[in-house]
Amino acid sequence: MTELIVPGIITSVIAFFTVYFSMPPLIKILHKNNQAVRDIHKKGEVMVVRPAGPSLILGVIASEAVLYAFLQLNEILAIIFTTAIAFLIGYVDDKRVMGGWFKPIGLAVAALPIIFLGAYESDLAFPLFGAVQIPILYIAIIIFMIVITGNTINSIDVANGIASGFMVISGFSLSIALFILQNYEIAIASLPLGFIALAFYKYHKIPSKIFPGDSGALTFGAMYGAIAIVGQVEVIAAVALLPAILNSFLFLASVKRIVEHRELNHKPVELTEDFKLRATNDKKARISLVRLIVAGKALSEREVAIAIFKLALFSGVLAIITAFMMEVKLQ
Amino acid sequence: MNGSIFGFLFLMWILILIGGGIAVTILGPISITGYGDLDPLINSIVKGGIAISLSFIWIFVLTKLKNLIFRKTFNF
Repeated sequence: MTELIVPGIITSVIAFFTVYFSMPPLIKILHKNNQAVRDIHKKGEVMVVRPAGPSLILGVIASEAVLYAFLQLNEILAIIFTTAIAFLIGYVDDKRVMGGWFKPIGLAVAALPIIFLGAYESDLAFPLFGAVQIPILYIAIIIFMIVITGNTINSIDVANGIASGFMVISGFSLSIALFILQNYEIAIASLPLGFIALAFYKYHKIPSKIFPGDSGALTFGAMYGAIAIVGQVEVIAAVALLPAILNSFLFLASVKRIVEHRELNHKPVELTEDFKLRATNDKKARISLVRLIVAGKALSEREVAIAIFKLALFSGVLAIITAFMMEVKLQ
Repeated sequence: MNGSIFGFLFLMWILILIGGGIAVTILGPISITGYGDLDPLINSIVKGGIAISLSFIWIFVLTKLKNLIFRKTFNF
């Protein structure tokens, strides 16, 4: 464990400062190229550039490559390749508007490096009850996991600072769980996720200077999913991600098909005159986590973000409890 | 914010724990033999079928709970 402290600190520092220092020039370049979209939750024509994905993937590759030089684990290569492919899928979607099928299929392809590098164990571990061996079925779970985590993070990117802040909480919760389970090498490999999200939060928080775009959201989601697989903490990862899973579940339960948000005409929330978010009365509009949060009363964008962070913290605590429960066996 | 969202997340967590228990106690002991090289494939198909069925039950229960908890909010 002690021999991992130096690589852990170096990797975390590289992850944080790569994003921290590469984001301002990226923002300048995107402004220069007029890669901006309107921030729909702001008064007037506030334009925000996107995507932040290139800076985020730079942070992932730089930090994980250095860690690979220290540890030389296939698991680290799997994290790098899966995240990089997911970034490319998102970047294509940022540049050219693709159909609802594109991201799920692309993310399934992104899962392949984990399989080809053999960076997984086919036991699926559950708290209290132990593990179940599912050698062939586990391949399907790997693909399913990357598709789900990529899309859920993408779907929770609904307002300034939420995707990055949510990822800080979920990412560090997953790291703590890995440390509790004494999976130290993957715990160290997971630290860059939290630090990259933390550095990005500085630019993404209200008022956003840059949006993650699909490339940024898929980078976060795929890295999170890859860490969950190679670290054998699939169930814990799902628990830490529960608010985002709830958001996707509510979306699918109300829309009943896989579709891009931009293809839906009925708005679940609207802006009040004082630029607060409130739930619409449109029964055809999809149900979302934000719509649930503002159902009681209209809230500012900042208040909505804080509400989602509280839910993420709650799920993070449940994930850490689940990690402790992994050590307890009822049988 | 309505505390029902926290309650719903907690229920999702409980359902995951119960689902895990069912998966381990039902899927774990299954071992079909007698088909030679096809044994792993048949085992996986059977386990996969049960796992998918359990997932559908999980989503069904979750949908019912969602309707129960958030009915007052949205009149689903």
